[in-house]
Amino acid sequence: MSDLLKLSLDEVSAKLKGKEVSATELAQAAFAACQAAQPALNAFTAFDEEKTMAMAKAADARLARGEGGLLEGVPLAIKDLFAVEGVDTSASSNILKGFKPTYESTVTSKLWDAGAVFVAKTSMDEFAMGSSNETSNTGPVVNPWKAKDSNESLTPGGSSGGSAAAVAADLCFGATGTDTGGSIRQPASFTGTVGVKGTYGRTSRWGVVAFASSLDHPGPFAKTVKDSALLLQAMSGHDPKDSTSLPNDVPDFAAAVGQSVKGLKIGVPKEYRVDGMPAEIDEVWQKGIDWLKAAGCEIVDISLPHTKYALPAYYIVAPAEASSNLARYDGMRYGNRVEGKDLNDTYEKTRAAGFGHEVQRRIMIGTYVLSAGYYDAYYLRAQKVRTRILQDFDQAFEKVDAILTPAAPSAAFGLGTKSDDPIAMYLNDVFTVTANLAGVPAMSVPAGLDKSGLPLGLQVITRALDEETMFKVGAAIEDSAGFGFKAEKWW
Amino acid sequence: MSVTADDVRRIARLARLAEPEDRIDTLVGELNGILKWIEQLDEVDVEGVQAMTTPVAFPLPMRKDEITDGGIRDKVLANAPKSDEGFFVVPKSVE
Repeated sequence: MSDLLKLSLDEVSAKLKGKEVSATELAQAAFAACQAAQPALNAFTAFDEEKTMAMAKAADARLARGEGGLLEGVPLAIKDLFAVEGVDTSASSNILKGFKPTYESTVTSKLWDAGAVFVAKTSMDEFAMGSSNETSNTGPVVNPWKAKDSNESLTPGGSSGGSAAAVAADLCFGATGTDTGGSIRQPASFTGTVGVKGTYGRTSRWGVVAFASSLDHPGPFAKTVKDSALLLQAMSGHDPKDSTSLPNDVPDFAAAVGQSVKGLKIGVPKEYRVDGMPAEIDEVWQKGIDWLKAAGCEIVDISLPHTKYALPAYYIVAPAEASSNLARYDGMRYGNRVEGKDLNDTYEKTRAAGFGHEVQRRIMIGTYVLSAGYYDAYYLRAQKVRTRILQDFDQAFEKVDAILTPAAPSAAFGLGTKSDDPIAMYLNDVFTVTANLAGVPAMSVPAGLDKSGLPLGLQVITRALDEETMFKVGAAIEDSAGFGFKAEKWW
Repeated sequence: MSVTADDVRRIARLARLAEPEDRIDTLVGELNGILKWIEQLDEVDVEGVQAMTTPVAFPLPMRKDEITDGGIRDKVLANAPKSDEGFFVVPKSVE
């Protein structure tokens, strides 16, 4: 049974539809694998075996009738940021510990409508604030990958670390994540998985615990580019409950996978060669350039001059929106309450006890930059810099069809090695954050291993609403890289 | 711009976060580190630039003004830290 879990989503779908395996058997196998891996990887925050098996049974019934959606019978893991009805949804925070939504997020509803089966909730950095999954209230997730000849526990990246680890370790066939500054693509790069965020608004934010609303992008983790296209397709679509949800039709993303990239113009931005970047990142980037050239693409040197300002702008906009979004956690209508001597004292004690240090730090920054007298100097200026970054992309996309960059500035690092220095941690998102600020589609595709045997990803960025070109180019990289590596099982 | 210990206490109060006194110095250091790093934005020429609001320009959708939900009192109260007879129970806010 565990061999079945090694298949891709696309492969296992064919077996389900061909009745070679039942959704129930598959759900049992995935559930058992997640449970068995939990003591070592700590990737999960909640299970609901009854729900899992009931969903699998319903999928089997639909399959038996020859029905069945795009993802019928496929077990998926869900980041703890998505509301799943009746299942603990706490954003890996103590303030929401024990919160059981009485509703379902739009994205997970769409996945269940497509026939997918819930297998577990995954751990994440608290409120998606972090790049190493170390700020989770249930402790860090451990990356299934280890460096050669080393037993050091590595981070799976963050904030969607649990989802990345679950897919990398073959515990399920895909998982949801959210990407506000790189929280899908950086963990995908660290775990040798495919991670995607579509155009801003492609996937609904309704029922997803809010971090920074203008930057939050729900998206999938998958084992292959085609799987990621299938998952994004199922997750996408207009949602009247999210006013920023795009009204556009959702194309057949998976159909783009495997199409020729011949003649496509690929931009290589010089600003993504940053100081102190390991030579191996540069090498894998060069390999990607060579692969696409060999596949018939034209490589074009481009400039995205405001790249270096993306992270500082992000660390104004994201905390500002977070401080506003997180004001709702006041211990009155939901979440946990710590009683104080009066109302304000109750608010202050509740929030101090419920939020971890990183979340408090960001709320403080956000509160400061939005406070009277500072709004123009910080928040307004950052939103203008954001326009500059979008203009950089607009100008580049006049000349090229896609942009190729590294996904992260390093391979997975040791747990605890960066947690004392907020800015060093923030720099993890240096290559990914620009696409959040501009709202354009971007994905990370596994491209190779570094000298110590750890995976490295390449990032493909395309125009708003042009996910198809992104999947095309991503699939070409996947084909040429012939990645096929898996973490050696130790858990 | 940089913040002082008093600024941090004021921000914490605005954010409704009870920061213990022994955390204030740490926060002053961390916040100033981040604010100093953010200062590089001053180098960017933003003269005449519109502040960004959305990456994909489309008009905000309108919908009919009608009741589409309701009658779910127990669901709304299900996660309340304290409730009684169909009401949220909260600390006294008016003396």
